[in-house]
Amino acid sequence: MNRRTLLGLTGGFALHGTRLAMAQAPHAGAGDARFAVVLLRGAMDGLSAVQPYADPAFAALRGPLALPEPGREGGLLDLGGSFGLHPALRRMHALFAAGQFLPVHAVAGPYRSRSHFDAQDFLESGAGQRLASGWLNRALGAMRGNGPARPGLAVGVDVPLLLRGPVRVGSYAPPGAGQVETGTLAHLATLHQADPLLGPAFMEGLRARGFSAAVLAGLAPTPGNRNGFMALAGAAGRLMAAADGPRVAALEMGGWDTHAGQQGRLSATLGELDAGLDALREGLGAAWQRTAILVVTEFGRTVRINGTGGTDHGTGSAAFLLGGAVAGGRVIADWPGLGTLFEGRDLMPTRDLRGLAKGLLRDHLRLPIAALDLAFPDSQATAPEAGLLRT
Amino acid sequence: MQPRMHTAMIRFGFGARLGQAVADDAGGWVRQQLRALPAETGLTTAQGMASIRAQRANPGPDALPDGQMRPADILRVEAALWARRMLVTDMPVAERLASFWGNHFTVSRRQGNVTAILGAYQREAVRPLILGRFEDMLLAVIRHPAMLMYLDNAGSAGPNSRAAAGGRRGLNENLAREILELHTLGVRGGYGEEDVTGFANILTGWSVGRGAEFGEPDGFMFRPLAHEPGAKRIMGREFAEGEEGGVAALRFLARHPSTTTFLATKLVRHFVADEPPDGAVRRVARALSDTEGGLGAAAHAVVALPEAWAPLTKIRSPQDFAIAVLRALGADEEAAQPLLAAATQFSQTLWAAPGPNGWPDTADAWASPEQLMRRLDWVNGLAGRAAASGRPDAREVAEATLGPLLKAETINAVRRAGSSREALVLLLASPEFQRR
Repeated sequence: MNRRTLLGLTGGFALHGTRLAMAQAPHAGAGDARFAVVLLRGAMDGLSAVQPYADPAFAALRGPLALPEPGREGGLLDLGGSFGLHPALRRMHALFAAGQFLPVHAVAGPYRSRSHFDAQDFLESGAGQRLASGWLNRALGAMRGNGPARPGLAVGVDVPLLLRGPVRVGSYAPPGAGQVETGTLAHLATLHQADPLLGPAFMEGLRARGFSAAVLAGLAPTPGNRNGFMALAGAAGRLMAAADGPRVAALEMGGWDTHAGQQGRLSATLGELDAGLDALREGLGAAWQRTAILVVTEFGRTVRINGTGGTDHGTGSAAFLLGGAVAGGRVIADWPGLGTLFEGRDLMPTRDLRGLAKGLLRDHLRLPIAALDLAFPDSQATAPEAGLLRT
Repeated sequence: MQPRMHTAMIRFGFGARLGQAVADDAGGWVRQQLRALPAETGLTTAQGMASIRAQRANPGPDALPDGQMRPADILRVEAALWARRMLVTDMPVAERLASFWGNHFTVSRRQGNVTAILGAYQREAVRPLILGRFEDMLLAVIRHPAMLMYLDNAGSAGPNSRAAAGGRRGLNENLAREILELHTLGVRGGYGEEDVTGFANILTGWSVGRGAEFGEPDGFMFRPLAHEPGAKRIMGREFAEGEEGGVAALRFLARHPSTTTFLATKLVRHFVADEPPDGAVRRVARALSDTEGGLGAAAHAVVALPEAWAPLTKIRSPQDFAIAVLRALGADEEAAQPLLAAATQFSQTLWAAPGPNGWPDTADAWASPEQLMRRLDWVNGLAGRAAASGRPDAREVAEATLGPLLKAETINAVRRAGSSREALVLLLASPEFQRR
């Protein structure tokens, strides 16, 4: 079976609403490079994660979501004078200092949908419509070489669209997988509140599982060791570190849809991402030096704060690149300024996510241009971004 | 779609099945299903009885001779049949009635070594009679080996019968008491201990044959040697000696006014509200008494109740919830095993009620914290797989299953959910989706 698959099968995990799917790439062009894509589902507020504090319109438009400038108490972590990193991303800031973290701002996919479902599908399809396969899978297909296939496990838990397609990719779930996300629990708690019959039972059920009101509001850590993303990312790193381990992985993490009470909730989620990406780095060990990780979200959020202390679906957001192979320690942005907003409400995107992905496929995985076109159909107008990697 | 249609599909069926064509007239949709269920092939009681005997003769782990099925194998087949039917039936209203009456006349695998004939019991004694007369269903059920074995009547012998001579066998009151208390009059239906004893004596000899090897049937068998001689009484009425006396007693009990009220109360509690309104119970009772226990007439009366079209207040039982979720997602017969597993996870394993009073029918039994958490976990897993496959869209499911019955907050939460998985979880674990 595996002789036919050429590209090896995969392992995969899911924990606490996060998922991981991996595929082993042969040694063809890719050499020993490791590549992971992290999908942030729910639309990360890029303007909170990477704050353009030097933009004159920023503080006024953002109100309380604009954190104090670098150097002040509770302030941003400086990224070179114009942008500041959210303080919950302190480990990423340390990587920035080490030249291994590269924020990219004002980016978006080629679509302009504000529907999570459509946008996530398009983002993963690598196209302006939902395709049956994901761009990362099609890229893997182009990597077909002579590497021996490693048998993988396929035990039920699903693979994200990003990594689905003709190249066989499996996944399995460790015990305790598939916890409901804290944000979803918070929504459900609200929906049950007014129900005299089910409300008390539902709240009691949550309490019995260790979820307090503070946890649901994102103000306290999730009970037990429920940082699913961190456990998942650490496992992914360890698996990818092995000499015969998978070369390509896709992870996903939810909890970004901050329509209300964004300040506390986003802080917790960013902290979880920060810890998870660091666990991925640690798990990779020496392979970290040959690794590039791309962190993307389906779209950004409104520039102005809404009536419930949150932000609504927007357009431009931020993306992150990190890894020992990444030429970090700077911010990439053609900053559009907040003086003119897309449709009067969103950060104007000035950079296409596909360019970043294509740059990494070409320069990190060493894929030919034909493979890039296969991964991202109809994207010839968007050139692969050059200079993302250390040379 | 008529707004009442959602109410109809949920209250009288299992909710909408995604992709299913929907009628315009809610009342008509319910009523056109008040017809006989299609015949279904499955294993017969005779095959089940043979399996029970083969199991007794070969208790070890080896395969049975002649490829014979063990009771556990039969149960697997029958349970899968049940699950597939629930998932794809286009007569959910009739199925709900069958499950109501099947639960009214509970036979559970927890007792009486009946595992091999549970499917046959429902198929032979309950399903064909859901729109017939109550006394006919009562007779079919009580004469079925499953009930005679489950409630220990098969070996009951009258104290003065020849079978009891020597003192090794005697009277067993279990079935007689449960018929009075659970199947007909109800616990406050006006009978006393002497009526239980009288009725138990009437039912002596109602037994199960041992098959061809003994020259006996593989089903009901009246054993005169175990029958208590002489006439007996229930509630002042005399019944003749013999099998006919039992038949007459069951018909008498079926038509008793206490039975009519008891059945009407249970029907209204099941389909309308945990606290059945008196007026509604009276109307259904009248339909029953006007038709000498016509169950079709009773079903029509329930559908015609104004209370049946009021907002939904009941909580879906675990099985109903699992069926409703899977149908809402457009699942097909392949979801049969997941459905059975979910029922067990939610503490309502198929045909395994804790006692002869069957599964509870009120919210206090099911709306427990752990129950809700388990439903949520299960829905979360399904939603993950559904989202990964790209369908169905939560908004489409919301419209098909609940439509106007959804609260604005829930619709908003589903619309604004951060992922298609979260959208499905918010919908399927919402308070509205729990309602019936």
